[in-house]
Amino acid sequence: MATKSVEKYSSLEIIKMSLRNNIRQYTMFIALIGIMLIFSLLSGVFFTPRNLSTLFLQTAHIAILASGVVLVIVAGHIDLSIGAVVGLTGAIAAILQAHYGLGVLPAIIITLAVGALIGLWQGYWVAYRDVPAFIVTLAGMMIFNGLLLGVTRGETIATSSMFNKLGQDYIPTLFFINSPKDMLPHDTTIIFLVFVIVAYLWYELKRRKERITYGFDILPIKLFALKIALVISLITAVFLIMALYLGIPYSIVILMVIGSLYTFITTKTTFGRHVYAIGGNKEAAKLSGINIRQRTLWIFISSGILGAIGGIIYTARVGSAAASAGQGMELDVIAAAIIGGTSTLGGQGTIVGAIIGALVMTTLNNGMLLLDVGTTERLIVRGLVLLLAVWIDISSRKRDA
Amino acid sequence: MSNYVLEMENIIKDFPGVRALNNVNFKVRKGEIHALVGENGAGKSTLMKVLSGVYPYGTYEGKILIDGKEQNFENIKDSEAAGIGIIYQELALVKEMNIAENIYLGSEFSTFGIINWDKAISKTTGLLNEVGLTENPYTKVVHLGIGKQQLVEIAKALSKNVNILIFDEPTAALNEDDSENLLHIIRKLKDQGISCIYISHKLKEVKEIADTITILRDGETIETYSNGENVTVDKIITGMVGRELTQLYPRKEHTAGEVVLEVKNWTVYNPEIPDKKIIDGVSFTAKKGEILGIAGLMGAGRTELMMSLFGAYGVKKLGEFYIDSEKADIKGPRDAIEKGFCYLSEDRKKNGLVLMMDIKENITLASLDKISNIRGINENEEIKITNHYVNALTIKTPSIEQKTKNLSGGNQQKVVISKWLMAAPKILILDEPTRGIDVGAKYEIYNIMNDLIDKGVSIIMISSELPEILGISDRILVMHEGKLTAELDWKEASQEKIMHFATGGR
Repeated sequence: MATKSVEKYSSLEIIKMSLRNNIRQYTMFIALIGIMLIFSLLSGVFFTPRNLSTLFLQTAHIAILASGVVLVIVAGHIDLSIGAVVGLTGAIAAILQAHYGLGVLPAIIITLAVGALIGLWQGYWVAYRDVPAFIVTLAGMMIFNGLLLGVTRGETIATSSMFNKLGQDYIPTLFFINSPKDMLPHDTTIIFLVFVIVAYLWYELKRRKERITYGFDILPIKLFALKIALVISLITAVFLIMALYLGIPYSIVILMVIGSLYTFITTKTTFGRHVYAIGGNKEAAKLSGINIRQRTLWIFISSGILGAIGGIIYTARVGSAAASAGQGMELDVIAAAIIGGTSTLGGQGTIVGAIIGALVMTTLNNGMLLLDVGTTERLIVRGLVLLLAVWIDISSRKRDA
Repeated sequence: MSNYVLEMENIIKDFPGVRALNNVNFKVRKGEIHALVGENGAGKSTLMKVLSGVYPYGTYEGKILIDGKEQNFENIKDSEAAGIGIIYQELALVKEMNIAENIYLGSEFSTFGIINWDKAISKTTGLLNEVGLTENPYTKVVHLGIGKQQLVEIAKALSKNVNILIFDEPTAALNEDDSENLLHIIRKLKDQGISCIYISHKLKEVKEIADTITILRDGETIETYSNGENVTVDKIITGMVGRELTQLYPRKEHTAGEVVLEVKNWTVYNPEIPDKKIIDGVSFTAKKGEILGIAGLMGAGRTELMMSLFGAYGVKKLGEFYIDSEKADIKGPRDAIEKGFCYLSEDRKKNGLVLMMDIKENITLASLDKISNIRGINENEEIKITNHYVNALTIKTPSIEQKTKNLSGGNQQKVVISKWLMAAPKILILDEPTRGIDVGAKYEIYNIMNDLIDKGVSIIMISSELPEILGISDRILVMHEGKLTAELDWKEASQEKIMHFATGGR
């Protein structure tokens, strides 16, 4: 094979093929843009940097938790205890600081360790005792809700302003203070943006060079440029929205790190590949020498740790821990993952999809709130959207077969 | 009035991009056994789906006549009403229900939704009698062997008063005894005036049972002739593949090298019935550069023997085995694979492939460590290795990113074989490596096996097809009820001899 670009196909054909192969991801993305457009038309406030930044803030913990649950669902399990874990770990983080006088960092480290322990506990029952995850995490939900009530004694515990920054505040500016009114962009965010774009360009170019060395087909240069331009404008749009308000929130930085890490885990690591194989065909995975029990244990430990991160961010955003915190959150998280294309049967799902799914859910909520839609209708609409998303997914899969 | 119960005339069925059936003509007389043969993808299943209403009227061109009357089936119910029954390759019974419940599932005798079980049971007893089963109608299907389950399927079809019964690879999963019995039942049905359409890859069976044979190739009817003296298996094969196969098995002389696997007194207890030995004191050796064939009937314990050595079956195991004269302590498949001991499972869809993953992901699944480092899986290496196997084993696919569920059986099998080749086996166990794949792909798989032998791999092949065992192995072990009953050199082995030992002869 020579180092030629794909001349077998015209550019149009390549675009068509790519669309067809990734139709699921694109559909959800287009749906998200569509929903945003509709809200922009209906409400003048929706498409402002201020509202969109708030929307991102509201999405952060759901998207982080959804990244973790993707692994769980892909492996063919479920985690119903997410909400309870968020509540419990959030309360632990608050109590460690309020009652035991621990600093923010030690409190966070201990909370993460508790999350890992919770995951170890649930993973042990699922992986080594063969109890279905549905039951283990349903039991977990009750147990952790009980513990939450026990540690908070029903009181609301306020968290320190330092800690709350994680959920509410933005990364500081370097050179000059901006304010949303003067439309001056937030400098650190712009620096961050440039850094991300450079990293992305470096990655794409390196990949292309490697493919040439291997003698594989590469995209024609025009398409390659088009693809890069599209991705960069998307990244820029997202960053500009935040730069024009108060900058990037800490929670979004955490989401970016976790989103990238989990995308790496699911697409580039042996562990990730094994998770998809276990969910796709457990028996084949076992006979291929995959240690299913150990992998399952780690999936739940990951879910527990992300639960704790979600708990920390959520508590910081609310500014206090309460016995009712996190209730029902697992449903939002699971819905986000599934709207984002994670198959309920296991074996399929992406992190990016789950993050988009989380955005869809919060956008609907946020937009309808702006339009003064009541809680009743909001719940109904979101339920219907979940139903619709899964239906579209299933019917498109049938067309595939 | 024609003397055909079924006439399918000029059937054309298009799928996006492919014409699956092109002017197929297929006519069945009353009370005959009509075999339909052809390679995988020749259009047999598609034709039967057209006939049974799975593809409704209007989605195909051509005419279907039953007793001379044109039929427009909208669904399976319509075709059932016209007297067509179908016994699928994969049995469609509800395991946790009893025989009577299964037979009348969907057509219960009921008044206002309340089922008259007494009537169902008494009718069931009659039907079971017809198919030669003495089981109690209350027996749960899960407790029946696969052969008996098939008979229940037939009884179910009979309960619907069929005139035409379609068998799609009915003996694929059956042992010789059960197959023999099934053929007997089919002949009996024929005597009662039921026309049977018999789809099978097992040409010997076809030759034995069919009155008429129709060959399909690439969606076209090649020929239809009555089965007689002048019809030979070779002739059928020639029609199927369109080329003369001088020999069906590419036998090559191998010289066996040193012993790589030595099993001593291997005993495995049944995980479900703790005091039953499923493997009983088996000892054997496998040598470098030879194909060791393992013959036996279904339930002889061949798969269990290999899976237990591989670390994927059994809890209580006694005895020991040595790989390269070193005592093997294998706790699970991972340990086995690391020692170069690989097992290709008998059911590729259920145990071999992750169907929703693509070709490259399946091939690298057991050896991801070889292509990954701290920076993760090297995708370029993955593509390179996959391309290598796709070329070496001639896997036919538009792209290595094709999901394996979209491949034909033969190509799927080559993907699973590639997976194990990548793991660099010293000992490769192939459990029914050519089951359910067409003649051409079978031949290619035998060639791959011969190549591996040349490279010094030791191959252990489990097969239920005696000609295959005889045609390709260098040495043959025969098993019966968990015990090894014979070891034969291929030169001294014959079907009769193997069958003798496989049925417990001494």
